[in-house]
Amino acid sequence: MEILIYGIINSITLSLLSLGFALVYSISRVPNFAHGALYIMAGYITWLFLNKFIAFPYPLAIILAIGLTSLIGALIYRFVLIRIRGMEISEIIATYAIGLAILEGLRWGGLRGMTFTLPPFVAGSVQICGTNIDYQRLIIVGSGILIFALLYLFTHFNKIGLALRGIAQDERAAMMLGIDSDMTAIISLAIGSGLAGFAAILLLPLGSIIVEAGYNVLIFAIAVCVIGGLGSWGGTVVASFIIGFAQILTEAFLSSHYQMVVALLAIIVTLLIKPSGIFGKQKELEERV
Amino acid sequence: MSAETVLSIKGISKSFGGLKALSDVSFDIAQGDVFGIIGPNGSGKTTLINCITGFIKPASGHVFFKGKEITAWQPHKIAHVGIARTFQIMRPYYSLPAYKNLIIPLWSPRARKTGGWRGGGKHGDRDTVAVDILEEIGFERDSRVPYKLASALPTGYLKRLELARCMALRPEIIFCDEVFSGLSMSEIAGMLPLIEKMKMEGITLIMVEHRLRELFRVANRVMALNFGEKLVEGEPSFVIENKLVKEAYLGSEGI
Amino acid sequence: MDKNMMRKERIDRGLKVRTEGIYAISSYREILYLLGPRLLLIVGIIALPFVLELAPYWKRVVNIMCVYALLALSFDFLANYVGLVCLGGAFFTGVGGYLSAIFNVHLGLPIYLSIPLATVSGAALCTVLLLPCLPLRGVYFAIITLMYPLLLTRVIEALDILGGTNGITGLDSFPNAYIEQYAIIIMMLVFLFGMRRFVNQDIGLVLRGVKDNDQSVRASGINVTHMKLLAVFVAAFIGCFSGAYVAHLYMWAGLSLFALDFSIIPIASVVIGGGGTLVGALIGSFILVPLSEILRAFGSFRIVIYCAVLTGFIVFKSEGIMIYLQRKYHQFERWVKV
Repeated sequence: MEILIYGIINSITLSLLSLGFALVYSISRVPNFAHGALYIMAGYITWLFLNKFIAFPYPLAIILAIGLTSLIGALIYRFVLIRIRGMEISEIIATYAIGLAILEGLRWGGLRGMTFTLPPFVAGSVQICGTNIDYQRLIIVGSGILIFALLYLFTHFNKIGLALRGIAQDERAAMMLGIDSDMTAIISLAIGSGLAGFAAILLLPLGSIIVEAGYNVLIFAIAVCVIGGLGSWGGTVVASFIIGFAQILTEAFLSSHYQMVVALLAIIVTLLIKPSGIFGKQKELEERV
Repeated sequence: MSAETVLSIKGISKSFGGLKALSDVSFDIAQGDVFGIIGPNGSGKTTLINCITGFIKPASGHVFFKGKEITAWQPHKIAHVGIARTFQIMRPYYSLPAYKNLIIPLWSPRARKTGGWRGGGKHGDRDTVAVDILEEIGFERDSRVPYKLASALPTGYLKRLELARCMALRPEIIFCDEVFSGLSMSEIAGMLPLIEKMKMEGITLIMVEHRLRELFRVANRVMALNFGEKLVEGEPSFVIENKLVKEAYLGSEGI
Repeated sequence: MDKNMMRKERIDRGLKVRTEGIYAISSYREILYLLGPRLLLIVGIIALPFVLELAPYWKRVVNIMCVYALLALSFDFLANYVGLVCLGGAFFTGVGGYLSAIFNVHLGLPIYLSIPLATVSGAALCTVLLLPCLPLRGVYFAIITLMYPLLLTRVIEALDILGGTNGITGLDSFPNAYIEQYAIIIMMLVFLFGMRRFVNQDIGLVLRGVKDNDQSVRASGINVTHMKLLAVFVAAFIGCFSGAYVAHLYMWAGLSLFALDFSIIPIASVVIGGGGTLVGALIGSFILVPLSEILRAFGSFRIVIYCAVLTGFIVFKSEGIMIYLQRKYHQFERWVKV
């Protein structure tokens, strides 16, 4: 029973982490390797608002942090990626370099050691089916489901959201219908970064803000997206459940050290068996003739 | 004049999402044929070539080459047994000069196995052979054209480079995907002797074309496709008179 | 409208045209034109340690500089000649270094066996580990190479194998300082000129074809996956050698072999030095590594600077130093009236 509950929590955690990356890639075909960096940056900004400047109320700090992260994501697109759009290699190197710059810059700027923490929203825990669960984790699960629902509604019923889906399906056709590909890319990067920030403020209260976590987040996000299929949102959710449960099971039966190994093995197995991922739409992984 | 079937296509179907690109297309090709495939845009001609040559896996159907099944083989294996193809959207190796473009097919295992075009499979000979092939194709040897970077060549030369690339493999079948498109009348006139020469070498040609007049001058059998379905097959004069083919190209009102 | 319209015209230098083909040996001027830059490089780098006798610290820097030069060479080859972007050069150094440590410390092999063995077996191991992503699109290769160093670090740390966070200590050092210095310099030059030869051979052309148009290569009957395998093996060979050398240089193989520096500095070197020229990779690292030493006081900020410069170069599509220099050397520009 414990495994089931922790499995669900872990899976939703993973999907929160990966959703931003998946969204940006599926809509604008940009692999945003700065995802992990934006995650940590959002946490750090929240911490700054809470502690360094005049003490902001927590909700305001959160909103400002997410907003700033989205803005920075959009700016990354507007000033850097827009010039190298379409050249996948350059996009990868550029986003990776920006992510590294942010993370190492934060490390240099003072983000060292374990002293940076964010307080949980609601302290305390509750007993469910015999297991102790913090309120924070419950909030994570609840918020996760909420954000998925919101995203679903947004992309199915809102004009801008539908435009995003259109570009995700077929960029040229959408452009012919008057949807501006650059504008949607900016929006998608803003939403993706915002999601990274959202995940950060939900998950970081569970531990502390450290730069290594940025790299871990990037690894997990990529792992989930590759297994679920680059470009498929449903696949991301399913893959996060698979990896989430796999990790909890290894933790229960082997030891918690093997979590990373699980992620690595899962990726390799996926690439060997079904490279396009579970729900991958790109069956021709080589370019179409 | 024996006409053993060299390529046999049975029931190829392929859909992309909801779009049925090919529906149950079947035909046979005899050795030495010049087989034309015609049809309006979007009828599935290039998809058909891709399915036969292994670049796309057909959803169903079979392809037999000299009796052996080659359905859904990988493209390089299909090229290795002797089926070459050109690409409609030409992308030569831009960073290399024109004659170096041919080093790649001359390096392939097939060229080494079959001795390449006039012995060009051996290491060291390839440069000379490449220039020889280009001369046969129509690049003037004395000019600097074979040595120019492929990115600097005009369309006519690029089309011929594509064919040269196929010929360097010493294939038995060549799929020509719209080789006449984008060429002027004189350029096409210059390519017809090339096609004649390939026929004389015993190569079976399958040509997807839009330019029907030029195609019918060389083809001995033609097949028409529309919306992924085979309409009719036979002599060029027979096919062009067929009502369905006329409707496909011209529409069905007031013929 | 009497505006004087001028345009810039670029013409090959007379000297360059006279050096094409057999005419290159017709006089000393032509020979010097062709050989000059190469001789400068070779003589310069071989003489450098002697010049630096006065500053022994910098002799060690030259070693590290050559190590990074080799990694940059392998990145340049993979990215600009085969089309595979390797975001994790540290993967090769880590594997090479740890394998050399295992051969040397655990199996007791002497240094002149452990380094070559580590190079070959490391290259094989890296190729096998990268095998799953080779048939796929380029972005997958970038993703996997990016993740491998990070993942391997965490796996080693978590499972506490191969010495865990302490690493494997007690590696042999080089028999004498000259071998230590010149082994890497000589190998760097050998690999540089070797790779230049390699990419112009027929097989090298096939690899370049894979970058330009891999569908066409397939249609020519060549198994593209096998070609990529070969390319990765060659690049891994170079990378693992560097890693094995570094391990013996510091007499220690630890998690720092997977450090981000080994991934990012080669990429920055290639972009700054001029991608696709192979020599540019060396020039770039000759600039960046000493710079990095000077900036050592800044700690992590160095990486921020590299990344910023790297992004700047990529975004503004700068051609890199070598390409600019080559252009200036071979051609001259002048304004002509239209």
